[in-house]
Amino acid sequence: MRRISLLAAAGWTTLAFLYLPILVLVVFSFNSSKYGASWGGFTWDWYAKLFSDHKILSSTWNSLVVAALSAALSTAMGTFAAVARGRQPTAAERAKEAFFYIPLIIPELMLAVGFLLFFGTLKVDLGLWALVIAHTTLNLPIVWLIVKARLEKLDPRLEDAAVDLGATRWQALLRITLPLLAPAVAAGGLMAFIISVDCFLISFFVAGPSTTTLPIQIYSMLKYAISPEVNALSTLLFLASLAAVVAAWLLQGGEDAAIH
Amino acid sequence: MSRPARLDWPALGWQAVFLGVPLALIAAVSVASRGPYGTLEWGLGLDAYRRLLDPLYCSVFARSLALAGLNTILCAVLAYPIAYWIARAPRKKQGLLVLLVLIPFWTNVLVRLYAWMFILGRAGPLNAMLQAAGLAQEPVEVLFTPGAVVLGLVYEHLPFMILPLYATLEKIDWALVDAARDLYATPAQAFWRVTLPLSRPGLAAGSILVFVWTLGDFVTPDILGGSKIVMAGNLIHQQYLVLRDWPFGSALSFGLMAVVGAGLALARRAEAVR
Repeated sequence: MRRISLLAAAGWTTLAFLYLPILVLVVFSFNSSKYGASWGGFTWDWYAKLFSDHKILSSTWNSLVVAALSAALSTAMGTFAAVARGRQPTAAERAKEAFFYIPLIIPELMLAVGFLLFFGTLKVDLGLWALVIAHTTLNLPIVWLIVKARLEKLDPRLEDAAVDLGATRWQALLRITLPLLAPAVAAGGLMAFIISVDCFLISFFVAGPSTTTLPIQIYSMLKYAISPEVNALSTLLFLASLAAVVAAWLLQGGEDAAIH
Repeated sequence: MSRPARLDWPALGWQAVFLGVPLALIAAVSVASRGPYGTLEWGLGLDAYRRLLDPLYCSVFARSLALAGLNTILCAVLAYPIAYWIARAPRKKQGLLVLLVLIPFWTNVLVRLYAWMFILGRAGPLNAMLQAAGLAQEPVEVLFTPGAVVLGLVYEHLPFMILPLYATLEKIDWALVDAARDLYATPAQAFWRVTLPLSRPGLAAGSILVFVWTLGDFVTPDILGGSKIVMAGNLIHQQYLVLRDWPFGSALSFGLMAVVGAGLALARRAEAVR
């Protein structure tokens, strides 16, 4: 019994280590004194400032646009790629899988560098579209993996039954398989959206001087001038990821893990 | 029956163009050279690779490897108790605890690093506490030290170790541990001889993730090291975005890939020998 409680203490301590820094930011985002750790009283000022900072607003808008477009593209292509898989894996299919796995395995920095060279060699300023392309490439394998995992749990006889009853392969796919996959497709899309909004490294390498996403904006704020506004912004981002993770959890893990 | 084929063609085409070509470009540019006005001159030369052997760059790679190794060990040691605790918790609680680990993990990396930057800074809460407790008269320089970078690396990568470790521990047949105890193994013996070996796949998966991600990291040393602690990632970032030396940056990227590959091969070798 004693060992268990020691373990619990270690577990809670580790969780505290994970949350404490973020909670410190949350507390200080309401601190009215501009400098340092002294408490000057409660204020909403930093949040008000945030919402009148047009740089932050426009970079947030850019992030959301890029995330929506790249999530839509990667979800469509990733889902279809997962569904196209035959029952018996052939050598060609294994090669295809290995190819899809590449962005998941190699360091993100390599992808960032590759995109920089690619768009740099093209010599066309694609603006936000360069980011959409890069994020789609990053996210496609993630959606593919999530949908594939769900597909492998489906009973293949459901599709066979539809075909036996006279459905074409397309009808079986559209009316049986895809509806059954819907939770995984939604989870994959949500994941792609979160990863895109979150993405700093690749965006930083790909974005031209005229395009700024929220993470890039935060980076330049950290590098050049720190103000309590960053605390407020961090608090909002933390709450956003909290909401997104819980939503993804309910969509995907919820039915498998949480309810048991 | 198989599903309609060719549905994967859009994805394959997309990845071929936007993943295959960029990666091939890194290879092509690494053997190109830089013209007098910073232009790129295609060709086949190994100059960029020769520069990799410069002791200055070798030492950066050595430092990255050392930091990645240290980070992997620290993460493993810190992750094991919490992963074990979650795995032994009641089923219903497990899901919730995993969710608790996931939330900071999905919070933007810049936010998480900024939190430490704020806490450790000269005017931050840590220094305020030290001074209030009378442990320091003047602000202590904690930020922009190697210690701050290691702290940041551990903080950032810990969930990469907790989650796979938990996934393995959760599937362990605890009857085996009970059997060891019944056969008079002490709790420590049961852990070393039964639990730990059974959890090795999770430990290996987590270690690979932490190791590879640390080697490719450039944000953590950049923000918490204040450009004073240079890792391979910082070097690559500098070559591409500051100095605009694409060929050397590409050679460095391949150097990084080689180091990652060698590390993974070594890990696999060690796993096979056991």
